[in-house]
Amino acid sequence: MTEPAARPVPPVEEETAAASTAAEERISVATQWQLMWWRFRKHRVAMVSTVVVLLFYLVVIFADLLAYADPLASEAQRSLLPPQRIHWYDRGRFAPHVYGLTGVRDPMTFKRVYTPDPNKKIPIRFLVRGFEYRLFGLIPMSLHLLGVEGTTPEESLFLLGTDEQGRDLWSRLMYGTQTSLIIGLVGVSLSLILGVFLGGISGLYGGVLDTIIQRLIEILRSIPTIPLWMGLAAALPNDWTVIQVYFAITIIISLIGWTELARVVRGRFLSLRQEDFVMAAELSGCGQMRIIFTHLVPSFLSHIIAATTLAIPAMIISETSLSFLGLGLRPPAISWGVLLQQAQNIQALAISPWLLIPSIPVIIIILAFNFMGDGLRDAADPYGH
Amino acid sequence: MLAYLVRRLILAILTMWAVSVLSFIVIQLPPGDYITSYIAQMSSSGSGVSAEEANALRQQYGLDQPQYIQYIRWMKMVLQGNFGMALEYGRPVAEVIGDRIYLTMVVSVAAIIFTWCAALPIGIYSAVRQYSMGDYLATFIGFIGLAVPSFMLALILMYFGFTLFNANIGGLFSDEFAEAPWTLAKLWDLTKHLPLPALILGLAGTAQLIRIMRANLLDELGKPYVVTARARGLSEARLIIKYPVRVALNPFASTIGYLLPYVVSGSIIVSLVLSLPTVGPLLLKSLVAQDMFLAGTIVLLLGVMTVIGTFISDLLLMWIDPRIRFEGKQ
Repeated sequence: MTEPAARPVPPVEEETAAASTAAEERISVATQWQLMWWRFRKHRVAMVSTVVVLLFYLVVIFADLLAYADPLASEAQRSLLPPQRIHWYDRGRFAPHVYGLTGVRDPMTFKRVYTPDPNKKIPIRFLVRGFEYRLFGLIPMSLHLLGVEGTTPEESLFLLGTDEQGRDLWSRLMYGTQTSLIIGLVGVSLSLILGVFLGGISGLYGGVLDTIIQRLIEILRSIPTIPLWMGLAAALPNDWTVIQVYFAITIIISLIGWTELARVVRGRFLSLRQEDFVMAAELSGCGQMRIIFTHLVPSFLSHIIAATTLAIPAMIISETSLSFLGLGLRPPAISWGVLLQQAQNIQALAISPWLLIPSIPVIIIILAFNFMGDGLRDAADPYGH
Repeated sequence: MLAYLVRRLILAILTMWAVSVLSFIVIQLPPGDYITSYIAQMSSSGSGVSAEEANALRQQYGLDQPQYIQYIRWMKMVLQGNFGMALEYGRPVAEVIGDRIYLTMVVSVAAIIFTWCAALPIGIYSAVRQYSMGDYLATFIGFIGLAVPSFMLALILMYFGFTLFNANIGGLFSDEFAEAPWTLAKLWDLTKHLPLPALILGLAGTAQLIRIMRANLLDELGKPYVVTARARGLSEARLIIKYPVRVALNPFASTIGYLLPYVVSGSIIVSLVLSLPTVGPLLLKSLVAQDMFLAGTIVLLLGVMTVIGTFISDLLLMWIDPRIRFEGKQ
């Protein structure tokens, strides 16, 4: 950022009901980013949403730590186990524990029925050793936030129940969150590169290039995307590895979001081109690159950040939809869409409604990103009203 | 006006061309070609195809030609109404798709109509009674519509339909009408099944439109002409409906252009969840089976349908908004 060091930085303290002149002075000397922060801070819902988004990304970073069971450990003996009740107190003392379960197959319905055994108390412990993983893909570790005493969590702890293959839903949800949110972020970055590049060219040079890019955007926006992406995703070779599919899907998804970002960038370039300070820079003999990067970009960076935030939910929904259809990420990859795929039909929902639980974080994060983006958009132009 | 019309028409044609190229890419993308799949199909059913036969077939279908010639050949076929064979079904693509494309259209249009019918009164109400309970309720529903992807909404509603009413809320027809020929009774049956998919598909768009309508109307309500009209003693209802609403209405028509592709996209995946007999489930099946002529044709038809719908909305916009109609006449 181009924050002139010479400018006096006002003391950032809570607004007391001091004389209005002092407040006004503080505002008049504040930098653009300070003004934005002050305005953003006033938007309570956006602030709360930002905290929610940060919490979700903490889950992304520490998914391995938060999961307590190996997300791929399947076991037919505990398939479709409903979410377990946690008992917080044991004889008046705080001692969270769960009951041991015994499963038998109902001879009439062929469904597995699980009965908790109140005599078999399994205490829940914090920060215990569990399955092995690599933190950030590097550091080998086996520490987990939750675990149980006396047995393995794979056999006894099922906070959100299990799926058909007996895999623990809570642990899978942690990994699904990681995958889906990273795809959202990487997808939006790729979209941003495309959008800034094409939108920038469009707004900066105008003329024929602008017309072509604008028509291209209009055409892309008037085509129903899902069938098209389905076609592209289905064409990915079957023998690709999980990682290859992961990247291909991210690229396909990023092709959705760039048009809106390009529109915002172009609009900003067009309106700023007319500004006096750009003219002044031109007259003082600044090169074009210098004008773009030291004068133009800083003044619309905030708008780009807002538009980017608002574009992320669409990315997440696209990934979830594609994987839900079985055309996006494929098992053994775990994402929200892959998890929801198991809740696809009414039979599954009727027998095991808890498989629908992964839709809750999807809804929460989409709302949070939308509110956060709204707040950022309002704050992006601190000089307006 | 004419210039506007011509510009829109040219854009529509360009878009259709882009859609056709993209559909062709979808057809071409998977490894192998039509004949490879055909051979696989034949050998799985016992009768083999020799190499010479395969080559002859390739020549006959022009598959040995470069891509752009193949594209032109395919376009020629399509323009003559011949979409090729659906391998999996062993029948012409047009026959396999049949009614489904019309039903997709019906569901999408129903969703748009729902969007309008819901967003118009709610938007007006939210603006006129700003910060009332109803306004907050509308905002809340708006956020739900915004945040819940349509397929998830379908799943959740289906779950509640099952647990609370013990009813399967999917489908577009009752069992007795599913295979029946078209009669008035079947049409009525369809009408009875339409509201739910329309609601599910339309909710997100409704949420958007309510917000736009509310914001636009709030802008208009503060303007001097409204005050003047009120001072002149016009009744409040007449005053609002006759002037500011008409001005605020403009985005309604112009958003169809964006709404329609969105709704058509959504209908594909919602149809799967609710098992609606639209092209959605067929598209997924054909993609999984790599039945590319069928898949490509569906993508093409959906695209063309959307472009035509958007063009109609442009005409509508021209009819509503005199500023476009008289553009260039001043």
